[in-house]
Amino acid sequence: MTDVLQVSGLRYELGGRGTRDGGRVLVDDVSFSVGAGETLVLLGRSGSGKTTTLKLINRLLEPSTGKVVVAGRSAAAVEPHRLRRGIGYVIQDVGLLPHMTVEQNVGLVPRLEGWTPARIRERVRELLALVGLAPAQFAARRPHELSGGQRQRVGVARALAVDPPLLLLDEPFGALDPITRAELQREFRGLEGRLGKAMVFVTHDVREGFLLGTRIGLMQAGRLVFLGTVEEFRRSVHPEVRAFLEAAA
Amino acid sequence: MSLVRFYLSNSREVLGLLGQHVLLVLVSTAIAVAIGVPVGILLTRRPSWRRPVLGLANVFQTIPSLALFGFLIPLPLLGGIGARTAIVALVVYALLPIIRNTYTGIAGIDPAIREAGRGMGMTDGELLRLVELPLAASVILAGIRVATVVGVGTATIAAAIGAGGLGVYIFRGVAVVDDRLILAGALPAALLALAADGLLGLVERRFAWR
Repeated sequence: MTDVLQVSGLRYELGGRGTRDGGRVLVDDVSFSVGAGETLVLLGRSGSGKTTTLKLINRLLEPSTGKVVVAGRSAAAVEPHRLRRGIGYVIQDVGLLPHMTVEQNVGLVPRLEGWTPARIRERVRELLALVGLAPAQFAARRPHELSGGQRQRVGVARALAVDPPLLLLDEPFGALDPITRAELQREFRGLEGRLGKAMVFVTHDVREGFLLGTRIGLMQAGRLVFLGTVEEFRRSVHPEVRAFLEAAA
Repeated sequence: MSLVRFYLSNSREVLGLLGQHVLLVLVSTAIAVAIGVPVGILLTRRPSWRRPVLGLANVFQTIPSLALFGFLIPLPLLGGIGARTAIVALVVYALLPIIRNTYTGIAGIDPAIREAGRGMGMTDGELLRLVELPLAASVILAGIRVATVVGVGTATIAAAIGAGGLGVYIFRGVAVVDDRLILAGALPAALLALAADGLLGLVERRFAWR
């Protein structure tokens, strides 16, 4: 089985030599691969390079060195906007466009791809139902008329719109209250199994990582210091792993 | 009362001048939008041009309107006596608020929203059309509203260079020291400004998200 996502030797160094941040290395020699149906959880403290790694995958940032291969094609060889349409991207809170209805938000990428209105409508309905939002009730609402949990559901639906093989999720449940978060995590776990996508899920919450991850990658100061299954993570003696486990205990 | 009698007995002339006035403002604002919005968008793409361009538009704004009309008269193509010169001057005045608001409207959008759009796979053009312009619309419209209202006032001076409009009554009234004549021009101009303000304010509110 080929991996949906392969990342090798990824490095990101801030440009502008001589400026204050010039030459700072945010991501350093990160390599991993993710197969279909697998969720790699990138765990780490704030500023450890998790979000930067995601943005290097969909080329919101350009890697200084290293290679990203998505669905067998080198990301660098594809036009950035084409690449991104083939990768679902879910971010915390602000991801929905405030001037568009739920239906328009979810149907956005299909629209960019030139689908017919009827087909978009059909697909939006299907996706809203999939994430547990009744289409009749929610399709015409705008993001500010939704609760935080509902907004994140819409965000997930939107990322799935054109059925991309790879999903990048950047702390999608980070801004939610604990009860809603637990509810969405449970549902997301169900979705993972049904969808069979390759996913990279960024979080700083160990418990979320254990619940949703097939494997855990731990980042520290731009490096991937641990990569393995949840069981291996629990048994690891790496000091940063221990620090995370102790914080969660 | 006597003003009403004046309007009744000169209704054709009044309506004619009002029509000229509205036309001056409409044409000049339309041209200013056609120039100002693209320039404002360009400034968001080339931040280093912002200061010189806004500075230049600002300088034009400080020229007293009567003087600007005077300066334009001897110029070839743009100048001369009549409506064309007046429209050029009105465009110059309308540009600043439109350019500035287009720039601030787009530059003020949360960078995270822009990144979300890009992350979904929008091209630059799609981002502008589907995200930036709709989100900046109310701010851009506010600039157009200011430009229009100022234009209605400034257009009264156009009469000084033979462009017609409601200023004809004002200048005539000043020349013969007749308050009623001045009022006959000033009052409809003021009402026109209020109407434009109210109307464009309504359009603006339609584009206020959240």
